[in-house]
Amino acid sequence: MKLNLKNIPTHLILIIVSLLSIFPFIWLLSTSLKGAGENIFAYPPTIIPNDFTWANYAGVWQKVDLMRYFINSMIVAGGTVLLNLILSSLAAYPLARMDFKGKKITFFAILATIMVPFQAIMLPVYLITLKLHLVDTFGNVMGFIGLIMPFAVSAFGIFLMRQAFLAIPKEMEEAAIIDGCNVFQVFWKVLLPMVKPTLAVLAIFTFIGSWGEFLWPSIVLTKEAMYTLPVGVNNLQGMFSSNWRYIAAGSIISTIPIIIFFLAMQRYFISGENEGAVKG
Amino acid sequence: MFKYYGKLAPYLFLIPAGIVLLIFFFIPFFQTIGLSFFDYSNSIYHPNFSGINNYIEIFHNPVFYKVMWNTVLYLVIAVPILATIPLFLAILINQKIRGITLYKILIYLPVIVSIVVAAIAFKWLYAQEGILNYLMQVFHLPAIGWLTDPKYAIYSVIILTIWKGIGYYMMIYLAALMSVPKELYEACDIDGANFWTKHLTVTVPHIMPTIALVTTISSISAMKIFAEIYVMTKGGPLNSTKTIVYYIYEKAFENLDLGYASAMAVILLVIVMIFSLLNIFVFEKGKYDI
Repeated sequence: MKLNLKNIPTHLILIIVSLLSIFPFIWLLSTSLKGAGENIFAYPPTIIPNDFTWANYAGVWQKVDLMRYFINSMIVAGGTVLLNLILSSLAAYPLARMDFKGKKITFFAILATIMVPFQAIMLPVYLITLKLHLVDTFGNVMGFIGLIMPFAVSAFGIFLMRQAFLAIPKEMEEAAIIDGCNVFQVFWKVLLPMVKPTLAVLAIFTFIGSWGEFLWPSIVLTKEAMYTLPVGVNNLQGMFSSNWRYIAAGSIISTIPIIIFFLAMQRYFISGENEGAVKG
Repeated sequence: MFKYYGKLAPYLFLIPAGIVLLIFFFIPFFQTIGLSFFDYSNSIYHPNFSGINNYIEIFHNPVFYKVMWNTVLYLVIAVPILATIPLFLAILINQKIRGITLYKILIYLPVIVSIVVAAIAFKWLYAQEGILNYLMQVFHLPAIGWLTDPKYAIYSVIILTIWKGIGYYMMIYLAALMSVPKELYEACDIDGANFWTKHLTVTVPHIMPTIALVTTISSISAMKIFAEIYVMTKGGPLNSTKTIVYYIYEKAFENLDLGYASAMAVILLVIVMIFSLLNIFVFEKGKYDI
């Protein structure tokens, strides 16, 4: 494609919007690379640091266990993804393929969960989580389970998997039955392998959602060693009150994993095929 | 198709998800409603049944009206912007020009990054001696307390929400644009229609369902705003940025007024349900058919 003069206004607008989209991060990055010898409040502001240094990164890395937060986030997001894949596809199978008493009411019950925001029921969810001892004061494992369970299955996931099962020709199952498969083998050996692409979509969007979750962990967590990245990063503000160089460096470090993930999986996000799959 | 599964099989498949939803959704759902009729303000261990007192108290509390006003501001400012600008950008990006993937990645980036980091980045932009006030100075305008002046703080927070949402809604529109028949645009080009006429007469009517969808989902997310507030302002100054969810959080987990918080949660529930019902039965009709 050669540069078309007619497209210049389009490029101009898109360049401006792109810059506005990344500028807050650029400014944070710039601040994180400025040494003590440079006034971060200087007017006019400098994007390229005069007193360039990695010291803020080294400093925040030493004082805050960002690696711990990262591992915690991985455990929580990984567990949430795994449970969503299992529970959603299990529940979706009968809804897509079987006739049974109470199907309609089951369907509407699941649909109803879409309408109720977690924020409206978070208090009783917390009370129940406490009662079940799924909080970090009863040990780290209990704490992780408590972080994961309220998000272990979603109506979105069930409906997504159901759609995928509906698209599979019934002959596949029939052939398997004739070959002597029972219903669980049909599910596990025939249907599940055929919906792998949908499972991948569900995994990716569940991962992003879980990775960014802030409200629930900030309610249940009591121990710093259990902090997930969002909670830990928010906590930087309190630790380094006005040391914006450290806060900026910590924030940037915490963002690197998800940006790598995004770039690696970008086709799932920006191809336009999985539109509206998740709201972060 | 012949029935190859036993009577119990469907229930066995449903049970694991059912148990999780029962414990972490249905029981809390009814408990929220139940708790809203109890008074916890004297003791958290010995609540008294108080009927609809919590609701009466809420409707007499000026903070409630402030919170609702902030929500209304979100709905009238953020929602229209999020329903239109992403559509405009999607139309621009839906062309065969250079660098499209790069534009998409950059504009989508705010969606992917954690809201906590985004809020910190904006807090830094909004600092009293920060870069935005420098721009104000360049344009010979007085410095603003972006997050510290009750007059402006809510708008500063709304700007962050808009900034974080644009890429998300743009991708939704982009998917919808793919379904608009190309012949219609060709017809427009032959008629010599300009950019605006072309899209107002072809694109907009064609993707009206998506516009409606974006309007409802952005409205629902506007009512669930929490992290922005928690990280940047804690609802202040003078309640000027307090949102419904932040208010519930504060009442429940800081004041331990469980009854009042639950009544507030029920109010949130009712409002969100109205929007969701609209969404499910009008705009996304068919997606959830049995």
